Amino acid sequence: MDMHSTGFVISQADGRPMYLQIIEQIKQRIAVGDWVEGEEIPSIRQLAASLQVSVITVKRAYLELEREGVIVTRHGKGSTVAADPDLGPRLHEQDLARHLDGAARIGVVLGVAEEDLVARLRTAIRTVSSSPATNRSTEEKP
Amino acid sequence: MSDLAVQFLGVGKTYPHFQLQDIDLELSAGSILGFIGANGAGKSTTLRILMGLVHQDRGTVRVLGHEMPASQVAAKRDVGYVSEDLRLYKAATLSWHMDFVRSVVPGWDAAYAAELARRFDLKPEQKIKGLSHGQRVKAALLLALARRPRLLVLDEPTTGLDPVARHEVLGALAEILLDERRTVLFSSHNTLDVEQISDRITFIDRGRIIDSDDKESFLDRWRRLRLDFPADATLPEVPGIVDATRSGRLAVLTTNRFEPRVTETCQAAGATVFAVEPMTLEEIFVADVRSRREGKAA
Repeated sequence: MDMHSTGFVISQADGRPMYLQIIEQIKQRIAVGDWVEGEEIPSIRQLAASLQVSVITVKRAYLELEREGVIVTRHGKGSTVAADPDLGPRLHEQDLARHLDGAARIGVVLGVAEEDLVARLRTAIRTVSSSPATNRSTEEKP
Repeated sequence: MSDLAVQFLGVGKTYPHFQLQDIDLELSAGSILGFIGANGAGKSTTLRILMGLVHQDRGTVRVLGHEMPASQVAAKRDVGYVSEDLRLYKAATLSWHMDFVRSVVPGWDAAYAAELARRFDLKPEQKIKGLSHGQRVKAALLLALARRPRLLVLDEPTTGLDPVARHEVLGALAEILLDERRTVLFSSHNTLDVEQISDRITFIDRGRIIDSDDKESFLDRWRRLRLDFPADATLPEVPGIVDATRSGRLAVLTTNRFEPRVTETCQAAGATVFAVEPMTLEEIFVADVRSRREGKAA
């Protein structure tokens, strides 16, 4: 068994619950095309052991992913990536929506004016597209 | 037959200066239970009763279906136990201990023992007296793990370990659960370790179990709300309030029965909800213990 190949990083310093971090990283795997439709993903116990997190946490992540239609679980046969041709783009879309929501919320809390927030988004777009090192990844590892 | 690996029903034990009271505890096979309490809360006493090392004054204890302490010999064939008062022979080597355990218990896995020695960075030919505290703990764990017992009972397994050793030990514990018939019960006051690998969590304080739930529910129902609220208004009624502090317009509410409706209740009462924050297990434990101690004092 390949225990250390998932490449997931679960951080206790990350404010979000561990199950959400697992969901996000599985979605990223699918969005970038590492895990393709129909592909078998690690069993709950395998992933729990390799991430050193509890079985119940991984189980919860898988249940949510199933509900969202991202993975399919068959009893006794493990889980696979759902057969949905638009899955990758849809996950990117969800990712984008979540980050925009987050930015909007912080903007409101800080009392940033709407036009200022929009202007800053434009600046950010320009910065990102002029940087040659940019890739599609939304998470930057230090 | 049940698939409970451990069951305590109304267990109590009275000492001159300490009482363990009404301990109810259930642990299903295939899961990890983290048992959290301050020093002197009753963790070790509970685990010793589980192992038949201390006999309860009242109540029933079943371990892998065997009544304790009456059937402890049968139960212990399938139970590995590691406590802080490790009984290793200082003058003997780790490999002598490995041979000894192999000769007295069934199911010793020599290949797994060798792999654990490598992963724990232990040298089998070294004498116990030359080992550091952390190395001794890892040696004792190796001896318990390599028997592949169905139930592993660990009293403070990560206490006194450096971060690297803790990581090695947690990894070995997490791997046990690849086999869904095996069960782990470990006590700790290190809530980070418990939060990471436990399926179920039980809090004990002053000889009583004060809370017990599966980990995801635990983390889900505790929330800290930060509100902007007119200083002269009364705080909204929020279910399960454990703590409320105010400083000027800022109010911080801690609840152990959070649901989305709570946010709406606060907004309806005129508050701006700045944040609804999840809490770490450590914050939850401290808030739980403090509120219950204050509740008793009042």
